[in-house]
Amino acid sequence: MPELDDTPPLKQPASCKELFVVFTWLALQGFGGVLAVAQRELVERQRWLDAAEFVEMLSTAQVLPGPNVVNLSLMIGDRFFGLRGAFSALAGILLVPLVIVLGAAALYAQYAQHALVSHALRGMGAVSAGLVIATAIKLLPTLKGSPLGRWLCLLIGAITFGLVAVLRVPLWWVIFGLGSLGIAAAWWRLKQR
Amino acid sequence: MNTLSSPELLSLFMHFLVLSLLGVGGAITTAPDMHRYVVNEHGWMSNGQFTASIALAQAAPGPNVLFVAVIGYNVAGLAGAFATMMGIMLPSSVLTLWATRFGRARRDTIGVRAFNAGLAPLTLGLLLATGWIISEPSRESIGAIALVAVTVVVMVKTRVSPVWLVALGAVVGMLGWA
Repeated sequence: MPELDDTPPLKQPASCKELFVVFTWLALQGFGGVLAVAQRELVERQRWLDAAEFVEMLSTAQVLPGPNVVNLSLMIGDRFFGLRGAFSALAGILLVPLVIVLGAAALYAQYAQHALVSHALRGMGAVSAGLVIATAIKLLPTLKGSPLGRWLCLLIGAITFGLVAVLRVPLWWVIFGLGSLGIAAAWWRLKQR
Repeated sequence: MNTLSSPELLSLFMHFLVLSLLGVGGAITTAPDMHRYVVNEHGWMSNGQFTASIALAQAAPGPNVLFVAVIGYNVAGLAGAFATMMGIMLPSSVLTLWATRFGRARRDTIGVRAFNAGLAPLTLGLLLATGWIISEPSRESIGAIALVAVTVVVMVKTRVSPVWLVALGAVVGMLGWA
């Protein structure tokens, strides 16, 4: 498990243009989802956020309606440059990929039956699953300082996994049911301190 | 693709505007209702076209929410894509900006701290669950399982860009090993 202590100091984007470019680049690397790439680019390469802040923002993005990574881009952009930053990051994550996906939609009919294309997509699908699992593993150390304590964190994480991955309970119920229990437990522990 | 009248485009936009606020956990959770609306209720596209729209957006680079644009495109071309994307983005974006500012101003209060700490383990559990669900089709072949495992190890242990792993996945897939 990677340690958090040896991380260098955080940096800031220089301009809205830099926000746009970085978010465009990370969106273009994200095949089958952008979250894993977002963690690598924003936390490890650009160092605009530390891992704990990333988990915090992701938690908020998850509770709110709307796509997680899109919400995340709005929140990060807004934090550095207000509304202009939010729109720069949002445009970065959506604009170029939108052009590509609509172009692909127009071409799709011709190549859908091509075996090479569907085989390549299978391999890429396996990699995108691995990317998401690795992201979860890398973010585990952020739970260390949690007021809930290690065992309660592990328990909540495991129950979440069981409900969503195994029992396929609708996400809405998991977030509002288990989520409010988690928040209540954290509140109680923080009060005791 | 159909040619929609302005009132039809407006109702398409309004429908996605409402779905935006229901999409907790990502727009994909509202896909069943989009299906009901554009396939069953209006007959703007076939079942197969709907599924292909989602698969295509997931294979292309960028956020998965772009499947909404592909659905709009298949309903009514660029005007349709504009209507569905604006609809799905607007309400949730406004809410997110408001909520993030609200939270930041009260960062040190016990409420916001409990909110963050209480949800963090759930967020990580959800990430793992997402990885597990996406890996479902891959668990049928040894080659694909190996790809998942190699990806996890390389990502955790090194700083290699994920693009190279995606390229590796494409090559292994084309060779028929995944």
